Amino acid sequence: MTVLSLRNVTKNFGETEIIRGVSLDIEKGEKHAIIGPNGAGKSTLFHLISGLYGVTGGSIKFKEQEIQNKQPYEINRLGLARSFQVTNIFARLNVFENVRCALLWSSGYKYSFWHLLGRQKELNEKALEVLEQIGLKDKMHFPAGELAYAHQRALELGIAIASGAEVIMLDEPVAGMSHSEAENAVELIRKITAGKTLIMVEHDMNIVFDVADRISVLVYGEVIACDKPENIRANPKVQEAYLGEVVGSA
Amino acid sequence: MLEVFIFATLNGLVTGLLLFMLASGLTLIFSMMGVLNFAHASFYMLGAYFAYSISLYFGFWSGLIFAPIIVGVLGALVERYGLRRVHQQGHVAELVFTFGLAFLIEEAVQFFWGADTKNYQSPDLLDFPLFTLFGQEFPAYRGFMIGISVAIFIGLYYVLTKSRIGIIIQAAITHPHTVSNLGHNVPLIFMGVFGVGSALAGVAGVIAGPVLTTFPGMAVVLGSIVFVIVVIGGLGSLAGAFIASILIGLLQSYAIASNLGMPDLLNLLGLEFGRDHPLTDLWTLTLPQIAPILPFLLLVLVLIFRPTGLMGKREQ
Repeated sequence: MTVLSLRNVTKNFGETEIIRGVSLDIEKGEKHAIIGPNGAGKSTLFHLISGLYGVTGGSIKFKEQEIQNKQPYEINRLGLARSFQVTNIFARLNVFENVRCALLWSSGYKYSFWHLLGRQKELNEKALEVLEQIGLKDKMHFPAGELAYAHQRALELGIAIASGAEVIMLDEPVAGMSHSEAENAVELIRKITAGKTLIMVEHDMNIVFDVADRISVLVYGEVIACDKPENIRANPKVQEAYLGEVVGSA
Repeated sequence: MLEVFIFATLNGLVTGLLLFMLASGLTLIFSMMGVLNFAHASFYMLGAYFAYSISLYFGFWSGLIFAPIIVGVLGALVERYGLRRVHQQGHVAELVFTFGLAFLIEEAVQFFWGADTKNYQSPDLLDFPLFTLFGQEFPAYRGFMIGISVAIFIGLYYVLTKSRIGIIIQAAITHPHTVSNLGHNVPLIFMGVFGVGSALAGVAGVIAGPVLTTFPGMAVVLGSIVFVIVVIGGLGSLAGAFIASILIGLLQSYAIASNLGMPDLLNLLGLEFGRDHPLTDLWTLTLPQIAPILPFLLLVLVLIFRPTGLMGKREQ
């Protein structure tokens, strides 16, 4: 079943066309990677899907609903969460508060001036569960901004899944990590996205070919190929886009 | 000497807390939306005028309750139907918008209430000396001003650090996009913060009106100092704004209460200049005379030696 469907999506910034007619279908439960050279428009595509940018043309359907004119919070409430390329945790809050903040809306808690967080037993239990999953329970009282980089990215994953979304979009989740940190992060991504749909932008081809069921290749704002990993590896157009590199050999 | 010090400290606290009531809203709005709201002090003025009009018919206490609510709603409407639309045009457009709004409010106040000073009085209930020290009386109304400011800030602190909405506001201050992607209606939260920030300025106007006089220039007088506070404290820092407010309140109060001046300094250095000296105006300056410009001097010093402000952080 198609959960997310893009039809002829375009995005211009002034005269410059960044996304040039992207059509893409993401199936429910699929692990889908979007790859492409720098400046191909991968993050812009994420911003369009999550509602941060409005589209110039085309349509985006999420679970049969058109979402291209919706606000980010409305899209999230439909069941789509994302992380950002630059780590976007709430640095001034501690780790526990970060997760609680992510859980509030999805757990049905409305805005309130007088309900004290400390007394929301169910919310706090859920937050501890998420922290357990991402392995940061022992650091729950740490200010998030002071965590090690890999832990910050783990917390960001925690924030994304805490919102209860069934489709998770991760923008370069292992960028800047050492090899062993990246391996741990991939394990974590597998664990927390089990049973969910994952859309991932990533430069590390080992990880892409390891995790993804299907890969879309974006070059100059156009999808030049969308297929299973083994077919992508053999696709001459893709190899040409990567300047002759044999994709996935690194 | 001791009584001068004690009373100057109390008066400094009154001014400082009042300034913080304005600065806290301004700095919250700035950190969340990146908008330096030039019209913020205008909401303070509106608070005083609305309270004055309400007090004519229903008494001071009704004004204290309803004027801030009216100002808060006005602030929220300004954000919803003005600033939110202008925001898409960038920061320069926002600055021009709030600047224009400040002028507009000042003109509107003169149009509806006139250019003269209004006889806005503190309530009879508080018209007695709270205590007498060294033969000098401290008015109960000033004690009330301290009390209400402190109560509001304890409330604000609690809401921001302990409540459900507080944690979302804190998160949205630095990462509005992430918060939006967690299902939170960030535009609504922005509107709420703008409304509450304006209402706080309104409260400051209601309680300051009877003491600092209610006239159409009151926004300009306090507005510039509030901006100084927000910059000295560090843009976006509530704690910094608190320290800077109290610091400037005390600094001005001590300067006004002291009788020191350049002649004392010259005496100390053993120097003397005749009355016909060309710089005689400079040599006879006293601290009370320069008290109004002290916040700006402090601003210059902070900008030279600590450009991020006392508690400001350079965001990455």
